Amino acid sequence: MPKDSGIGASSKRREDVRFLTGNGNYTDDINLHGQAHAAFARSNVANGTIDSIDVSAAAEMPGVLAIFTGEDFVEVGGNPAGWYIESRDGTPMKEPKRPVLAHGKVRHVGDAYAAVIAETNAQARDAVEKIEAQITELPAVANTVAAVADGAGLVHDEIETNICFDWGWIEDNRAATDAAIKAAPHVTTLELVNNRLVPNALEPRASLADYNAGSDEYTLYTTSQNPHLTRLLVCAFVMGIPENKLTVIAPDVGGGFGSKIYHYGEEALVLAAAKKLCRPVKWTADRTESFLTDAHGRDHVTTIELATETDGTFIAFRTSTLANVGAYLSNFSTATPTYLHGTLMAGNYTVPHVYVNLKAVFTNTAPVDAYRGAGRPEATFSIERIVDKCAHELGIDPIALRRKNFVKPDQYPFTSAAGLEYDSGNYDGVMDVMEGMADMSGFAARRAESEARGMLRGLGVNSYIEACGLAPSNLAGALGARVGLYDSATVRVNATGNISVMVGVHSHGQGHETAFPQVVAEMLGIDENLIDLVHGDTSKIPFGMGTYGSRSIAVGGAAVVRATEKIINKAKKIAAHMMETSEADIDFKDGAFSVAGTDKSVAFGEVAFKAYVPHDFPHEELEPGLEETAFYDPANFTYPSGAYACEVEVDPETGKVSIERFCAADDFGNIINPMIVDGQVHGGLAQGIGQALLEHGVYDDNGQLLSGSFMDYAMPRADDLPFYAVDNSCYTPCTHNPLGVKGCGEAGAIGSPPTVVNAVIDALRSGGSNVTHIDMPMSPSRVWTAMNS
Amino acid sequence: MYEFDFVKPGTVADALSALSTEDAQALGGGQTLIPTLKQRLAAPLKLVSLSGIAELQGVTDNGDGSLGIGGATTHAAVAANAGAYPALADLAGHIGDPAVRNRGTIGGSLANNDPAACYPAAVLGSGATISTNNRDIAADDFFDGLFGTTLEEGEIITSVRFPVPQAASYQKFLQPASRFALVGVFVAKYADGVRVAVTGASEDGVFRWTEAEEALNKEFRTDALIDLNIAPQNMIADLHGTKEYRAHLVKVMTKRAIEAAS
Repeated sequence: MPKDSGIGASSKRREDVRFLTGNGNYTDDINLHGQAHAAFARSNVANGTIDSIDVSAAAEMPGVLAIFTGEDFVEVGGNPAGWYIESRDGTPMKEPKRPVLAHGKVRHVGDAYAAVIAETNAQARDAVEKIEAQITELPAVANTVAAVADGAGLVHDEIETNICFDWGWIEDNRAATDAAIKAAPHVTTLELVNNRLVPNALEPRASLADYNAGSDEYTLYTTSQNPHLTRLLVCAFVMGIPENKLTVIAPDVGGGFGSKIYHYGEEALVLAAAKKLCRPVKWTADRTESFLTDAHGRDHVTTIELATETDGTFIAFRTSTLANVGAYLSNFSTATPTYLHGTLMAGNYTVPHVYVNLKAVFTNTAPVDAYRGAGRPEATFSIERIVDKCAHELGIDPIALRRKNFVKPDQYPFTSAAGLEYDSGNYDGVMDVMEGMADMSGFAARRAESEARGMLRGLGVNSYIEACGLAPSNLAGALGARVGLYDSATVRVNATGNISVMVGVHSHGQGHETAFPQVVAEMLGIDENLIDLVHGDTSKIPFGMGTYGSRSIAVGGAAVVRATEKIINKAKKIAAHMMETSEADIDFKDGAFSVAGTDKSVAFGEVAFKAYVPHDFPHEELEPGLEETAFYDPANFTYPSGAYACEVEVDPETGKVSIERFCAADDFGNIINPMIVDGQVHGGLAQGIGQALLEHGVYDDNGQLLSGSFMDYAMPRADDLPFYAVDNSCYTPCTHNPLGVKGCGEAGAIGSPPTVVNAVIDALRSGGSNVTHIDMPMSPSRVWTAMNS
Repeated sequence: MYEFDFVKPGTVADALSALSTEDAQALGGGQTLIPTLKQRLAAPLKLVSLSGIAELQGVTDNGDGSLGIGGATTHAAVAANAGAYPALADLAGHIGDPAVRNRGTIGGSLANNDPAACYPAAVLGSGATISTNNRDIAADDFFDGLFGTTLEEGEIITSVRFPVPQAASYQKFLQPASRFALVGVFVAKYADGVRVAVTGASEDGVFRWTEAEEALNKEFRTDALIDLNIAPQNMIADLHGTKEYRAHLVKVMTKRAIEAAS
């Protein structure tokens, strides 16, 4: 029987009621008395010198209250990178300042160099058009490969190179890896591009700042996945506002996918404007601004080699990658292609040698940072594409080749050749589940049926591992992290027995408001509907790092468990006092405290009431109240894994790919809400399939974003996608967090791109083509061109 | 969006009068113009909505083997009411999405002449006649390159007359993002000959593939196209397809249209 509440129950997402009835409260829904509006003047060239900015005509426009340029922010700090990377030669990464508004130079199309504050949004936009900026256009450095070529122009003159860092992982393993590849009997090589993606959250970024001159306090409502991080960055690094004077509120947020982890200059601008005018100031991006200025994702150019024995035993993976970081370092742009990518380059395999060389490259394009999966999709794509190519070259079944090299269940904890310690997994077991779902034995008949209609049919598989809940803080700190990686929870039991759970993680589509109460309800044996989740407001919640990297349940959920354990311990003391016995004699089960060996019992609600009406408490021994806080810093990453299968049909006349079947078997460890987990996988698969077939952020040689609207940037739509089969019945609980959970938010987007590409290559091969690789997105034109060249 | 005046006249005469002032702009369904205004790429002083003019609305059976469609008739209304010309109704029913089809109009589409729009292929492929407030224009004389037509300033499309063919089909290969036609081919077989019109493909906008028409006049079968190819030189090249790919698709979509019409 499925459970109907608590851990393991598919409780309906309670937040959906407000979302689906139009009662959500997003940043742009919030309007404050006296509110003014900001609009930005943005560069229409990718690279240029700002010779002068004349705001006099703009200042005379109706409704204009203030105008800011880069000059106004010369004295404040830059928006920093959150992770320090050292190059192979020991030199520090290059960190050019990322100002609130561009000063001296503009460095990408959309780079803001001025802002107008006016009574209305329309007035602010009208006035922006009257700003006369003399910008001398310079040749753009728009292409990752061209940016590192001899004679390339510079994105940042002061650092005299476009290479931010040249990183080796693990540098000490380089020589051994090179030697192993040189001596190997078989080496497969693949050059590939991991295509640039634009996040395209449904809700564009928005910020509304309020300033109280009486108390010198600010409130910033903003579209953030992690309000405390935004507060820290704004206060400590950029604006110099004391943290205790700024409240950051991230209310309902309509999708983030990574792009709302980061602090952006618009947030600092509205804060400065609110103080200057003593009025609330709002900015909401339009879709064009979202395309041009949200941090993009992926954008790697990679050469990968896989050395094997002739029987398919893996000897070494070696990769050389150029990672485009765009014009400025976004907050995690240095961590994403390094510690979230290079460390995963052993995949699910016992391969003894791994070496990754990665150069981060500045270009005159929007900043690139973590996007759903963040480094791990890039790693998985490289590995699982070359494993497939290798299988074909060696004449070995792709599943058999993977199984031959899998880490086996008795090898955990397993330290991979890329340096991570995998705590748990069962890759063969998950592959067994996938093979059953995919009906492998029926494929030949399905292919024959497709061929009878003139279509090519292909089957692709993959196996992936990813790392979630980036941790622990001490190790990450040693590797260059400039932030902690813990999270936090406060459990506040109210006098009438209902509960507020305040967490540092943030929900913007993940269903936390449903799932987190399920955990507390399970532990306390009470109705989950008595428990509410509070998140997204720094004045209400303990300091937390927010939501990214599929960490919320693994790290934030663990903090909730720890805080709830403290609640139970405190409640036992109160129950012992109420029943005049010692704490050691108290049993807590199913929401009631009882005295062992007696029929004496008090319910959780009675204890809660007593905690706040402590008329007879011995106060020197027992404090009133029932509220506890915990901070949880994980011992390790968690390691979700999975095996996917995709069947495609390719129309040989047009090159159009349609996905006919998609099966996903995942090991997420223990699961809190199966329905929500399935939904997360569905969404991840949609984004991964979108990357594989449709999505592409393309800049031309002048640094203009060609796919800068939905007319040219193809988002996946329902009819592009199949009905998915998903399964997570073969699982291995995480060994080091109290819930045994691993995280599920990114898996679909990580595992699906190589699966789809492998299927398309298989389909083309069945039609007699010798195509071995097509870069994503595999648009009809690209597929047809590959087939006919 | 910049400020503008808005009028919604009830007659063509009043609309023409309203359009006679400087920087006035006719507004059909607004499916191109409104996004353009929102992006501040156009700044008309006055918008003259044509959607309140009863005489521009509806699908009429002319009783002479042709259908008349009012210039302000929405795609959804054509899809629902042009059953006498199934290929045309089908084309209208697959333009954009339901929101587009319930606002967008045939007159607006033709006056805009987007090189990837569907209606120009139907009009040119059917040898339709575009009627305006002061003249009739043959389809072959109407379209004039990308986004260009032979309409005069202030001239309003009042109706379009479509001769109903013996057989016809429109086959559209979707551009993945916009879902406009990457290539769309309208094939119509009339007693006096076959017409083949291609949208989405050419740098010169919608065009007739006359070599295919001649071949199909001899035999209306896909085999008639075997030795024909479109030269890629004048095809559009963009993110979504090379010149060669579009040229190839023209032939593929033409074949599919013939098969569907046969």
